Amino acid sequence: MPPVLLGHFSQLMNRIIERFARLKQRGEKGLVVYIGAGDPDLEATRQLALAFDEVGVDVLELGVPFSDPLADGLVNQLAAQRGLESGTTPVKVLETITRIRATSSVPIVLYIYFNLLHRHGFQKFIQDAARAGVDGLLVLDLPPEESENYETMMADAGLCVIYLVAPTTPEDRIALIVKRGTGFIYYVSREGVTGMQAKVADTIAARTAQIRAHTDLPIAVGFGISNPEQARTVAASAEAIVVGSAIVNQIARHGRDADLVPRVTAFVKSLGDAIKSTTPPPA
Amino acid sequence: MSVIASETLPDANGHFGPYGGRYVPETLMHPLQELEQEYFRSQHDPEFQRELEYYLREFCGRPTPLYFAERLTRELGGAKIYLKREDLLHTGAHKINNAIGQILLAKRMGKTRIIAETGAGQHGVATATVSAMFGLQCVIYMGAVDCERQALNVFRMKMLGAEVVSVKAGQKTLKEAVNEAMRDWVTNVRSTHYILGTAYGAHPYPLMVRNFQRVIGDEARRQILEQEERLPDLLIACVGGGSNAIGLFYPFLNDPAVRMVGVEAGGLGIEPEKHAARFQGGSLGVLQGTRSYILQDESGQIQLTHSVSAGLDYAAVGPEHAWLRDQSRVDYTYATDDRALEAFVKLARLEGIIPALESSHAVAEVIRRAPSMSPEELIIVNLSGRGDKDVEQAARKLGLQMPA
Repeated sequence: MPPVLLGHFSQLMNRIIERFARLKQRGEKGLVVYIGAGDPDLEATRQLALAFDEVGVDVLELGVPFSDPLADGLVNQLAAQRGLESGTTPVKVLETITRIRATSSVPIVLYIYFNLLHRHGFQKFIQDAARAGVDGLLVLDLPPEESENYETMMADAGLCVIYLVAPTTPEDRIALIVKRGTGFIYYVSREGVTGMQAKVADTIAARTAQIRAHTDLPIAVGFGISNPEQARTVAASAEAIVVGSAIVNQIARHGRDADLVPRVTAFVKSLGDAIKSTTPPPA
Repeated sequence: MSVIASETLPDANGHFGPYGGRYVPETLMHPLQELEQEYFRSQHDPEFQRELEYYLREFCGRPTPLYFAERLTRELGGAKIYLKREDLLHTGAHKINNAIGQILLAKRMGKTRIIAETGAGQHGVATATVSAMFGLQCVIYMGAVDCERQALNVFRMKMLGAEVVSVKAGQKTLKEAVNEAMRDWVTNVRSTHYILGTAYGAHPYPLMVRNFQRVIGDEARRQILEQEERLPDLLIACVGGGSNAIGLFYPFLNDPAVRMVGVEAGGLGIEPEKHAARFQGGSLGVLQGTRSYILQDESGQIQLTHSVSAGLDYAAVGPEHAWLRDQSRVDYTYATDDRALEAFVKLARLEGIIPALESSHAVAEVIRRAPSMSPEELIIVNLSGRGDKDVEQAARKLGLQMPA
């Protein structure tokens, strides 16, 4: 079968691209869920991933714990610390993904700080990640200006390059970033570190419209979404929403409880239900 | 030897060969580009330069003396030793050179709030000082362990009206203070300028901080030519992030006869988690915005560090130092806690100067090298700061008692 050409990079199959194509076809919104890998341990991560898949999570974003997570707020810093304490390394995260892949095809993005890839060997990490069943990388501190060869290596491995657009990103940079990204664009809805907010930013609709003027890639909006109501509001102006700290916070609270997985999954399902009922924007 | 100092380094993206760059979250990319543009504009603005020179002279007390350390020279019995007296600057360390420069930039950019990280507290005090002077709100991030061991500087910052945030994450020292300052900056970037205190971090900081600190070397070069009518044979400075060292070295880089040594913190010895000598136990990595030598484990997690000196207790080194080391232009060595403490006492007793524990690492290297050099040879050591802040800690280590 010849490869399907998708934008400027070609690949036989990428689960993220397939998932967004399917959502679009059905007129549904996507739910991207972030958790810290290895919090409280990697077996819990595996079980959560499978349970999330069951309730219709569209993309699982796994944070690889790093000693110095400078883009993260306190909730995710503590998750990284618990991950490190449970002995989680980048290699063990990849091994866990291999185990998840035995029974699940939920699209997986690794949220990772550049030093961890750099140390593993940049190209080797990309190849190992692809082999383990990862579908995309979001390297927090690797902007397009520093990513010479990165996009080519990722395309060769069949992985999506997830780039962030921030509220401080001017329009000419948006144009640059969307040209280099694949899979989806992650719009960070406010200045700041990751974390829950009482109120979501009111500039989201205008900004996603501005990004959309430059690209056909789906847009996922995150940073600060903490309940179904906010999820619904944000989903009205994007193809997908990202929820992280609110879920990580539940894991922090119930990490050692016997019912951790059903509890957290029930919350995730409530987010999914909230956005699936959103009417799609006019085509 | 090839020409090292050139207008082309760092390159347009802040790279010194394989080092440097700009590895930050997207939210900071455009603010850093704006900062870079404003910095370059200021460099061609005679009004900015006049203002900077005015404050360096009238407020900070520049030029600082290049002082012949006669008794230390005689005691060591070798090379002639000169001290570049940055300890005599207002606030007691070289950090004010950069703080003044950056706050003038912040004003040009219309920022109303200043943040900074600090290790030993000298950069925090310098930043709190210039913020008070220009009436800007100021928040300083400092590791909880450093707040305790440099308590005097915490009070100085508070006295100057700054808010001091004690950072309790990780090992509670300089690296965690930088993380927290970057989190603040990412959140408040529209109103806030981050006065990074060393020649580290994302472009343009390593370039900008070097250029604000090169006044040390420019003066020292002029002064030694006046006093000795020739260039020095050896320059010595301590290296944490590396701002005082690059400030002294930079104007001499194209003088091939001038050798240079950077002294890192050897702590308790070169074993994992016992030191902060990145060129001894470190490897190439990316931390806090730049690519350089860092202390990390096999997975890429940043390792714990130790030094008696809070200002050198840091897991990464400025990218230009990594590059100068590759060029074999600067040698890098280390001094242990014990040797730094010996140097601290020796300079106090022989010269009547109590150096900062950071600078004591450089003095320790003078003590090691000078005796085997000839009396015709000249050493300049950068006395980057004064040691008042360290007296209590040193007294404890040395077992000094209050009179009964």
